[in-house]
Amino acid sequence: MAKVVPGVLKGLGVTLREITKTVTPRRFGGGPATVQYPHEKEAPPIRARGVIALHQGNCTVCMLCARSCPDWCIYIEGHKEKAPPRRPGGKPRNVNILDRFDIDYALCMYCGICVEVCPFDALFWSPEYEYSEPSIAELLHDKEKLTEWMETVPEAPELEAGADKKK
Amino acid sequence: VIGVEIPYWGQTLLRTLGVTVAVLIPAGTAVYVYLFKMVSFMQSRLGPMEAGPYGSMQLFAEVGKFLQKEDLAPERADRFIFRAAPIVVLVTVFLVYVAVPFGPSAVFANYDTGIFFALAVTSLSVLGILMAGWSSANKYSLMGGLRAAGQLIAYELPMVLAVIGVVIQAGTLNMQGIVAAQKNGEIFGWGGLGNPYLLTQFVGFVIFMIASQAELTQTPFDMPVAESELVAGYLTEYSGFRFLIFFIAEFASAGAFAALASTLFLGGWALPGLPLDASYMNVVGPIVLFTKMMVVMFVIFWVRFTYPRFREDQLQRFAWKYLVPLALANIMATAVLKVVF
Repeated sequence: MAKVVPGVLKGLGVTLREITKTVTPRRFGGGPATVQYPHEKEAPPIRARGVIALHQGNCTVCMLCARSCPDWCIYIEGHKEKAPPRRPGGKPRNVNILDRFDIDYALCMYCGICVEVCPFDALFWSPEYEYSEPSIAELLHDKEKLTEWMETVPEAPELEAGADKKK
Repeated sequence: VIGVEIPYWGQTLLRTLGVTVAVLIPAGTAVYVYLFKMVSFMQSRLGPMEAGPYGSMQLFAEVGKFLQKEDLAPERADRFIFRAAPIVVLVTVFLVYVAVPFGPSAVFANYDTGIFFALAVTSLSVLGILMAGWSSANKYSLMGGLRAAGQLIAYELPMVLAVIGVVIQAGTLNMQGIVAAQKNGEIFGWGGLGNPYLLTQFVGFVIFMIASQAELTQTPFDMPVAESELVAGYLTEYSGFRFLIFFIAEFASAGAFAALASTLFLGGWALPGLPLDASYMNVVGPIVLFTKMMVVMFVIFWVRFTYPRFREDQLQRFAWKYLVPLALANIMATAVLKVVF
């Protein structure tokens, strides 16, 4: 019994200290650990996995992202077109034109494998997270919407000194 | 006191209104201030903030939500007993307030054996809880009801024994008499503070608070509703306004025990420096008592939100092997000192 009592009182002290800390205004180093979300927002970390943005010009319809997606939530369609040759007298080139690029965020589990696997830097993480919808079908973002997210993609951080420059 | 003759039906109406206010105001205040806000602060969050300024209207939102829900009863339940159980629990809380004095003449019924009456009706709530557990036709409810019965009987004893110390010192079972005895009492010949029994009956106060924590099935003693073991114990099958009645009864009885503790140990509605029999004390007295109740309830909820739950055997051992002997020793010491002084 004699051993129990100090610990019991210490426990009461912990909760009492937490009350005083929470009711102390933020500017005096107190405040709650939570944020009153719709009224005040936490800035997500710059590399937060909020939403995936698409840079259409870099996409070659290689399907690597769609194939590597564990949830199969990326839908890609494309077709081939002939493009004028690069230098006069050459053969016309085959180019892949992107017709459809949808990500179903109702399925996406934010693993980021598609961003990792993309060989042409067409997919980027954006920290934007406020895109909930009243209807689940509207969570399917088409390529126009995915392109709009590009604006929210932060600048890539500086490379470390001595890192290999991309050619 | 007022000087106007009120007909009997009018008195009945006024008393009904009065006891309803006396039950609901402390219960509602405790739910908002302690259950919604204080526990949130303890967990480093703000609690409800949207309904009204600082979430102060949250309680009405909750009540509205419960009233909208369907009043379900399980198919195999004993309908009549199932429906009556919450009412029985709530009525016992109302009955406690009948004996608690709020002022020199602001008392619903000034019984000669008021504290005896109050302790007797508090132990009636176990009947309602057993009814709820038994009639739900659900094993979790039954287990919860039986646990509640075992726990409430075990802690009834130390509570009564703790009160006996106060009764010996005050020399009366009348609640007004206990208030007056504390107000007019002296500690070693010094009467500046009166003699709140918190000081001279500190052991009794601690036992009373622990026992009332158990009687209220508040957290270190919440095995009857242990959600991780028994879903919600005897509350499992209740929904809608019957659950709401249980909920109100839980916090109203916290208020009732706080009122008993304030009356027995903190001097009740009297304050040092205020007269004992002036008629304005009928207005000031309830405020004083309410303030003291809030302090006691703060302690109840502070303890509730600090500690984890006891195990069933630890609970019984704590009551029978520590609290009851301690309470008996307290009675002996009080009796000896009563004779000596």
